[in-house]
Amino acid sequence: MTANEWQIVWFTAWVSALSTLLILPFGLATAWLLARKDWPGKSICETLVALPLVMPPVATGLILLKLLGRRGPIGSFLHDTLGLDVVFTWRAVLIALGVMSFPLLVRSARVAFEEVNPRLEQIARTLGAGEWRVFLTITAPLAARGIAAGLLLAFARALGEFGATIMVAGNIPGQTSTLSLAIFQSVELGEDEHALGLLAVSTGLAFLAVWVSEYLFRHRRRA
Amino acid sequence: MTLKLQNISLPLADFALELDVECHQRVTGIFGPSGAGKTSLLELIAGLRQPVSARITLGTTVLTDTKAGTALPVRERRIAYVPQDLALFPHLPVRANVLYSRKSQLSPEPMFQFEHVVRLLEIEPLLDREIGRLSGGEKQRVALARAILSSPHLLLLDEPLSGLDARLKSQILPFLRRIKDEFPIPILYVTHHVDEASALCDEVLVLERGRMTRRGTPAEVFGPSESTAR
Repeated sequence: MTANEWQIVWFTAWVSALSTLLILPFGLATAWLLARKDWPGKSICETLVALPLVMPPVATGLILLKLLGRRGPIGSFLHDTLGLDVVFTWRAVLIALGVMSFPLLVRSARVAFEEVNPRLEQIARTLGAGEWRVFLTITAPLAARGIAAGLLLAFARALGEFGATIMVAGNIPGQTSTLSLAIFQSVELGEDEHALGLLAVSTGLAFLAVWVSEYLFRHRRRA
Repeated sequence: MTLKLQNISLPLADFALELDVECHQRVTGIFGPSGAGKTSLLELIAGLRQPVSARITLGTTVLTDTKAGTALPVRERRIAYVPQDLALFPHLPVRANVLYSRKSQLSPEPMFQFEHVVRLLEIEPLLDREIGRLSGGEKQRVALARAILSSPHLLLLDEPLSGLDARLKSQILPFLRRIKDEFPIPILYVTHHVDEASALCDEVLVLERGRMTRRGTPAEVFGPSESTAR
């Protein structure tokens, strides 16, 4: 593997990890609200959260492009107020990976929260605990394995993301090129040896993430 | 401390819980067949269910008053509830379970010393054990200790002996008597066993399909022969 290829592997790994960490608080909040509360618009929220799983990734990418481009509502705001450009930068990669892996985190965390016996949370309240303490000492620890499994699935999804990323971030070597994009480009250019090297790394990382995720999911604590 | 349940109306699956009663005794038994609304009544008092109408007071504290739109949050009620399934926290060892209330922001000056409660319920050797490694009787005692250590103004016990065989029942019953003798906490004790109600309760309310049909001392409610079991 060349230095360039290692740079791609490194970039893909850290941007995937960072996007997974960034979606964690939002994912947990969404999952908890879906698992524990009834509120108007809940079914619409459920559908919106699941959309990136079923929509073509390039379509999601196009939506992001329209929102984050300089003429888009979010992109123009960021450009005008913070002088920040998003599309075709590493930030766009980060957002695309986060959006595409968000549903996987929410689904796993939601199941994990639903499996925590609500009676335990009720009893914690009778013992004087407030909502944050109930969440931090009862709900989250009992759902921890399911949440960790969801995080790893989200990370694995981010590692392999292609369609949304290429739409919103392009494939700029050294800036926005991820493993998937680099493999595609190598095949396009007939550089099969490079493609196979990157494929091996990509497969290894994804295998490890999914394997650990499955292990955690199978052995999650039942409350 | 008097518990007043006024104008209670709580719809259940087949009937409504409808009550108007005051409890003055140390241990009041709520007696009745399965499905009579006993557990729902405890959950209502603990604040875990929302009634259609109710005014519930404990001493001078208004817990629920639907007319005034008052509902004291569960965490501020200082009502300890031991449900049938005990609801011990499975991921925490026994010590962390029984001391859970002591780390709450609202935790008042403890009414009872940790060492005293632990000694009385004989759970000292269990303190560092995982919950999953306790026997049924040990779990009962841990759940009782956790409830008492929260310094409650009212203790709700929902059929605490229901899941135990006759041998374990006879082992736990003395601990319940000790709680009654040692800690000045009013207790609502739900059961559908005459022997338990006779052994522990000062007064018994009979609940059938959500309504109180009789009340009195165990001797008055069950007859003198049954009450001699105490």
